Amino acid sequence: MDGKMNRMKMEFRALSANESLARMTVAAFMTPLNPTLEEISDVKTAVSEAVTNAIIHGYGEDRESDEMVEMSCYIEKDVLHVTISDEGVGIENVDKAMEPLYTTKPELERSGMGFSFMEAFMDELSVESEPGKGTKVHMIKKIGLASWMEKEED
Amino acid sequence: MENMEKMEQYFKVIDNYLMVKLPEEIDHHQAGYISKSVDKLLLEGRANSVVFDFEATRFMDSSGIGLIAGRYKKVVCFDGKVYAINVDKHIKRILYMSGLDKMIEIVCKEKN
Repeated sequence: MDGKMNRMKMEFRALSANESLARMTVAAFMTPLNPTLEEISDVKTAVSEAVTNAIIHGYGEDRESDEMVEMSCYIEKDVLHVTISDEGVGIENVDKAMEPLYTTKPELERSGMGFSFMEAFMDELSVESEPGKGTKVHMIKKIGLASWMEKEED
Repeated sequence: MENMEKMEQYFKVIDNYLMVKLPEEIDHHQAGYISKSVDKLLLEGRANSVVFDFEATRFMDSSGIGLIAGRYKKVVCFDGKVYAINVDKHIKRILYMSGLDKMIEIVCKEKN
């Protein structure tokens, strides 16, 4: 297999304590790409937003013990792909949900900036969702320094 | 008991200002406890302004925006102000992206 290709997949319970686990994992997974501190921050923020959404919107407050969030990542050359999915309530109107400042949970002091941050901090964002089935968020980011350093070595 | 210690360590009232030492990472998991504690001290009338100290903070997501904007809404009722101090580059970007710079006073770390 191509040495520049790597993938991982993890699953964790939909608990807020696991938000840091998820972003730390992605940060560790992307280190071979020699990311800048800023790129690490960007990815961690985007992952944190997506996982928080899965936990508080996907599964909400009435939770059963088997509610899981899945995160899979892969690296292709200098591009990081992250997919975060849940089998929660789903989103009825994805376009509406992605509008800045729109939130369905103002009582929880959600700022409505989650998707905006994912869009701003990653290069590409796509959201697939079906009410009653769940939501899948796919994010892509090209990690800058890696390709540059490779050229240097040649 | 543990909570009491935490309270004394992270929250301090100086004159009318409630100083809040924020943790290393602010996400949805951490934000709930902080906002509850700040609200309690504000409602007790111990302070009318809040100073969030980001000195130790290395990570914040949009939950931090909710935390600060939520406190701002309370504090304006008491004629108070909200400050964010020792803000690093990453946090500064998030505060500006969400427009919080128009509501609160932001003081960055020297390096920025």
